[in-house]
Amino acid sequence: MQITNRNIFIGFSIIIIILPLIFTSSYSLSIATFSAINSLIAIGLCVLMGYAGQVSLGQAGFYGIGAYVSSILSIHLGLPVIFACIVAMIASALSAVILAIPALRLKGHYLAVATLGFGEIIHIILNEWGPGGPSGFGDIPRFNLFGFVFDTVMEYYYLSWFVVMIVMAFSINLINSRFGRALRSIHDSEIASNAMGVDVPKLKIKAFVLSAVFAALGGSLYAHYVTFISPSSFSLFQSVLVLMMVVVGGITNLWGAVVGSIIITILPELLREFKEYDILVYGIILILTLLFFNKGLVPIVIEKLQKVKP
Amino acid sequence: MLHIENITKYFGGLTALEDISFFVKEGIIEAIIGPNGAGKTTLLNIISGIYAPDKGSVRFKGLEINNTSPYQIAKAGISRTFQHVELFGNMTVLENIMVGRYLRTKAGLFACGFRLPSASAEERAIKRDSEQILEYIGLSHRRNEKASSLPIGEERKLEIGRAIATEPSLLLLDEPASGLNEVETSDLSFFIKKLRDQKNITIILVEHDMRLVMDISDSIVVLDFGKMLAEGTPQEIQNNKLVIDAYLGEDEEVCL
Repeated sequence: MQITNRNIFIGFSIIIIILPLIFTSSYSLSIATFSAINSLIAIGLCVLMGYAGQVSLGQAGFYGIGAYVSSILSIHLGLPVIFACIVAMIASALSAVILAIPALRLKGHYLAVATLGFGEIIHIILNEWGPGGPSGFGDIPRFNLFGFVFDTVMEYYYLSWFVVMIVMAFSINLINSRFGRALRSIHDSEIASNAMGVDVPKLKIKAFVLSAVFAALGGSLYAHYVTFISPSSFSLFQSVLVLMMVVVGGITNLWGAVVGSIIITILPELLREFKEYDILVYGIILILTLLFFNKGLVPIVIEKLQKVKP
Repeated sequence: MLHIENITKYFGGLTALEDISFFVKEGIIEAIIGPNGAGKTTLLNIISGIYAPDKGSVRFKGLEINNTSPYQIAKAGISRTFQHVELFGNMTVLENIMVGRYLRTKAGLFACGFRLPSASAEERAIKRDSEQILEYIGLSHRRNEKASSLPIGEERKLEIGRAIATEPSLLLLDEPASGLNEVETSDLSFFIKKLRDQKNITIILVEHDMRLVMDISDSIVVLDFGKMLAEGTPQEIQNNKLVIDAYLGEDEEVCL
């Protein structure tokens, strides 16, 4: 069997469908749901970093905008969650455009610091002006669609992974289209893609906005799942976590973002038995991964599998 | 087709180009020659929009294009290759050509992501056109290889292929023969003439290989230390006293 995106997509979908039959506890399903939410942010960052070659340390900002806008609209304006979610994505897209126009003139480390600053600003705004301030607020309605409320963990698990697979299909199509080729070309030689007629600044802004929209979608799904949010979930630490997911999974492959998200989400849970040393073990595992699998797990596994074939 | 008028360009205190003016007629091969540091590549970079000139203007088909960004100039119909090959190394040979088609296609982000029928049809057309170009430049057998794995001769061919994928009416070639052996160079000269005659592309050629230049050019501009030294047909340039002193050297046999 060939390792094509289509085959991975089908295999992955089957695993998602049957997983709840094996791991039935709501604890494991809940972790799987958080993996899905993190995947959404990571896929966006993967498009931005792995394909457009732009670093962002501010994805938690867009994640936070998604969660807060969606929650506030659904609570105070009584907007159906699906519309609140769409407005949240639009709000995130607009803030990404405002950030991108000045920030994308910067490169490498400077861009990373600028986006980090943006993330921190959003975090401070949520702390100071967000409902409930630093302690956050609750009573956020669960996600519902056409009167159907996603009440149980299993329903939410399927909902969030369904969204991930749609976003994934969208992103794979995009990467293999004229748009994606132009993005990848910027990564290889910006001067040549410009000379071939690619409007590089505009394309970078589009990729940035896309990553912000995916993060906001994740934020909205998160808020309507946990039903209680506070600014601490949208701090720099979250941005760094997402960056780690993308790097561990493999920056050059969209599936790496998903695999990385699952690993980074599950790892702390597996390390519970190390008690207060868990952070230490966590750190060591990450350093080892980056040392020995510096391309990221997914590209390495695919390389190995392709060598096995006759 | 292309009017260069009084172009001057400074880099800090250095005058890279001083008061350059000439005119490129449609349908010809115009060569720009001169010793290293004469400002040839700088001039190409000004025409393709990478640098803005400090003085003077560039007009293409009557339109002023100085202070226009490179992607808009590409859109207007000027494409180019680079002295140091600038291929998209991590992409396949075919994909490199397909990037060239970006400019002449228009499916949006949503259409591409959701693979709407319009986007799919366009994608098929991109693939078909790119395969045709690969065939034309003779690299079909390399289609799925990474561009960075090609030998220099094929890299230069692929760069030209990518450039013609943008459907240019003017093509700028920056030292296309550098790094090529004799057979490849004569192959190239044949190919450049084919572009002019079959595809109706006007060509500006910056090149050090005098045999190639004298063989295919219809007209030659000679630069020396940023100044225009001479302009004329290959015959005129070869007999020009100034050019022989400054560049071609006393012993013509060596160069010709």
